[in-house]
Amino acid sequence: MRDIINRALNQAQLHQAQYADIRVVHNLTETLVVKNGIAEEINFAESSGFGVRVLLDGGWGFASSHDISRQEVVRITDLAISIARASSRGNGAGVDLGPPVTSQGRYQTPIEIDPFELPQEEKLAVLLAADSEMAGVLGVRVRRSNLTFIKENKWFANTEGAFTEQTIYEAGGGIQAVAIGGGEVQTRSYPSSFGRQQVTSGWESVLDWDLPGNAQRIAGEAVALLTADPCPSDLNTTLILGGDQVALQIHESCGHPIELDRVFGTEAAYAGTSFLTPEKLGSFQYGSEVVNITAESQRPLGLGTFGWDDEGIPAQSTMIVKDGLFVGYLMSRETASQLGKESNGCMRASGWDRTPLIRMTNVSLESGDWDFEDMIADTDQGIYMETNRSWSIDDKRYNFQFGTEIGYEIKNGKLGRMLRNPTYTGITPQFWNSCDAIGDSNHWKMYGTPNCGKGQPGQIAHTGHGAAPARFRNVRVGVLN
Amino acid sequence: MLEHQQAQELSQRVLKRVGEDQAEVVLIFKEHALTRFANNTIHQNVSEVNLTVYLRLLHGKRLGLASTNRQDSAALDELVARARTNAQASPEDPDHPDLIKPKEYSSLDCFDQSTASYPPQERADQVGIVCRIAQEKGLNASGAFSTGASGISVANTNGVFAYHKLTDADFQTTVMSEDSSGRAQASAWRVSELDPESIGWEAVRKAERGRNPKDIKPAEYPVVLDPYVTDDLLHMLNLYGMGGQTVLDGRSWMNNRLGEMAMSPVVNIWDDGLDSEGMPMPFDAEGVPKQKVDLVRQGEVKGPVYDRYTAKKADESSTGHAIPPYFPSFVRAIGPIGLNLFMAPGKASLEEMIASTERGLYITRFWYTRLVHPSDCIITGMTRDGVFMIENGEIVYPVKNLRFTQSYLEALNNVELIGRETLLLKSEFGSHAKRVPALKLSSFKFTGVTV
Repeated sequence: MRDIINRALNQAQLHQAQYADIRVVHNLTETLVVKNGIAEEINFAESSGFGVRVLLDGGWGFASSHDISRQEVVRITDLAISIARASSRGNGAGVDLGPPVTSQGRYQTPIEIDPFELPQEEKLAVLLAADSEMAGVLGVRVRRSNLTFIKENKWFANTEGAFTEQTIYEAGGGIQAVAIGGGEVQTRSYPSSFGRQQVTSGWESVLDWDLPGNAQRIAGEAVALLTADPCPSDLNTTLILGGDQVALQIHESCGHPIELDRVFGTEAAYAGTSFLTPEKLGSFQYGSEVVNITAESQRPLGLGTFGWDDEGIPAQSTMIVKDGLFVGYLMSRETASQLGKESNGCMRASGWDRTPLIRMTNVSLESGDWDFEDMIADTDQGIYMETNRSWSIDDKRYNFQFGTEIGYEIKNGKLGRMLRNPTYTGITPQFWNSCDAIGDSNHWKMYGTPNCGKGQPGQIAHTGHGAAPARFRNVRVGVLN
Repeated sequence: MLEHQQAQELSQRVLKRVGEDQAEVVLIFKEHALTRFANNTIHQNVSEVNLTVYLRLLHGKRLGLASTNRQDSAALDELVARARTNAQASPEDPDHPDLIKPKEYSSLDCFDQSTASYPPQERADQVGIVCRIAQEKGLNASGAFSTGASGISVANTNGVFAYHKLTDADFQTTVMSEDSSGRAQASAWRVSELDPESIGWEAVRKAERGRNPKDIKPAEYPVVLDPYVTDDLLHMLNLYGMGGQTVLDGRSWMNNRLGEMAMSPVVNIWDDGLDSEGMPMPFDAEGVPKQKVDLVRQGEVKGPVYDRYTAKKADESSTGHAIPPYFPSFVRAIGPIGLNLFMAPGKASLEEMIASTERGLYITRFWYTRLVHPSDCIITGMTRDGVFMIENGEIVYPVKNLRFTQSYLEALNNVELIGRETLLLKSEFGSHAKRVPALKLSSFKFTGVTV
């Protein structure tokens, strides 16, 4: 591996590149899906290759190939150089990467049980058991359960002397029940939406989730939702969100607008820009005083947990919102230097064939001091919603609208009738400034978002979000009905 | 690029390792490049080469899958062993159809060598033209210019071998002022058919016209929609209802509407992988020849597309719509979908649609659209990159962006006029595209505004 890496870096330097780096990646992904008692997919995917990124005369070039050979690494490095030359045309301003990065070392996700060492039958048994539990509930039309395991080895080196090696494990899984009747289609998922929860971990997390033990409950809820009352329409009320929905609310309305590439306009044509412009840093009241948000890449289980980012910057913690005040961005070397700062290690590529972009690590709402039961008991009237069903937000990350799988009326401090098709909408800073209660550490969990799209060509990132249930006042609910 | 004979040889190297089981090998190969620009300069410029071998192994009625992008002997041994392990672990599924027998395939003209080998310097030159136009107008251009070639082959233990390669090019730009933006895009399988300068001017004109947008109250308005919006309407209706699996699951907007009038009688939508006016592909990922499928004819819902598994379940025949194995897992879960969608043009020009509108909105683009409820395909999303008030048949001023929550099915039931020009627009999930016109709808439901 050293030979391949050195050839790329030497070749780039022969062409007078100001900077070059190479990532060699070997990814194994195992997917098991059971649908209505049938194994829909048992799949083992292997993908490996390398990507070379060079900076020449102020222009970036990136080229990648699946063929990890001495001949190909030279050809691809030459191609990256020629692309960088094309990029540099008319680029007046130089690129300042800040201090050199010379990280060295090896990192591996701590795991207890390697899922790749287990027989397929053992994994499948969990899914079939969950499926069987859901099948016992009358009225469920579609039952789906799945597991995903990832093992990714990654080597990174640059012309400044960095050389790191990482092995990241991820474990994902979930169950879903769909009930259909009376013109309604209702879905319930566990432990999270979009089919699965995902964390950096081994098989032990799948055991913790106890998919079969929760299957009957969610199947019953899906059926009950068919005849539940609709969420009241166009009402401004108190909203309490479950931790899984808070996680996505953080992702969309905080995680994306703090990406400094968006702020500087380099994602404008696709993902959009951000309302959190640099003059707001340190002075903008993003949320109420109970709101504290961090970006941390060392947190156990987080999908944004690693040793180094894809520029070789070590994992670290950054305060993003402190007592409601906006104080931090997610940064790369290049964007950080434009603010007179140093990178906080947020450059991540989705694979060997993609150039790194600023991506969320683990952007989390820190826990408050409320027990969930007390939060409900303290609420005279409102709605509780959990598990995301739909999500949409404007290109500056102001106006959002979310739907969840299930809701419950809150009346006189108690959870009441079930509500179907719940939705809520708002404007990001108004919403977070209306937050007056956050669940305590007993209710705080790390959620995974393994489906975050950004960039052209498209990249799917895996991001983590620690969250607890939280309460928001005067929120508009019931947009659908 | 992997040529016909190389694909055949590689496929055989896999199949000869399989033994007594049935097996299907799909090769997906590509050489793609993309130049990305923002703030009137190139900031990302990338290329990729990849070749992935996908194996479906049927051990009786037990299916196992595996893939690798290595081609050495050890990798292919492991590939077959992994697929076999997976198949042996799988419970029997009596509905798995046997693999297909050899078929005849159409030969389609959709490979252009100059598009396949389009150099980064040329992409940079074309991007530079758009950036200079924007800069001279005091505007900020961003976007992407992609070119490349890709291909697919399908082989199986019954002697099937199908091979197809194509090229594609796509230019898209968003041009911004301090308080406005405009966007334009075009795609083709011949890069010479793209005119980045005129695409740039279209975005510039929208951005200039959009300055000083006024507040607007969310309500129901008649709308005139650019083809970029029509593309989104078809995209969501496709994902959430035009495939056989969603219909079998009961989650499609087509359920309970087959044979019914669900859209305006002027609406015709079909999928045709053999039409070179799109980005064609003669067969699907199971090697089944593509068929033209009428999805909606004169407003009547005709039925979904099928792959072999869903066709067997529905007692129908495959229409050649098995999705490629590289699609993201959430799309694979949806099952077969249309990859070559067309909507029939009408007779109106965009100007005539605007002129016929007493009071309404001209919408140039939708953004971040998501399914809210499947039965009527209710979608929420935002407008973006230019919204304009129409009064007495003329665009009178720009307005701020709005959020909508609207059944797309109902939207296509509200079609009054259809544009006579169609635009080919490439999907972000690979070398697939839709050809769509502009539309005028009698009503569209807006439910919020943004800052």
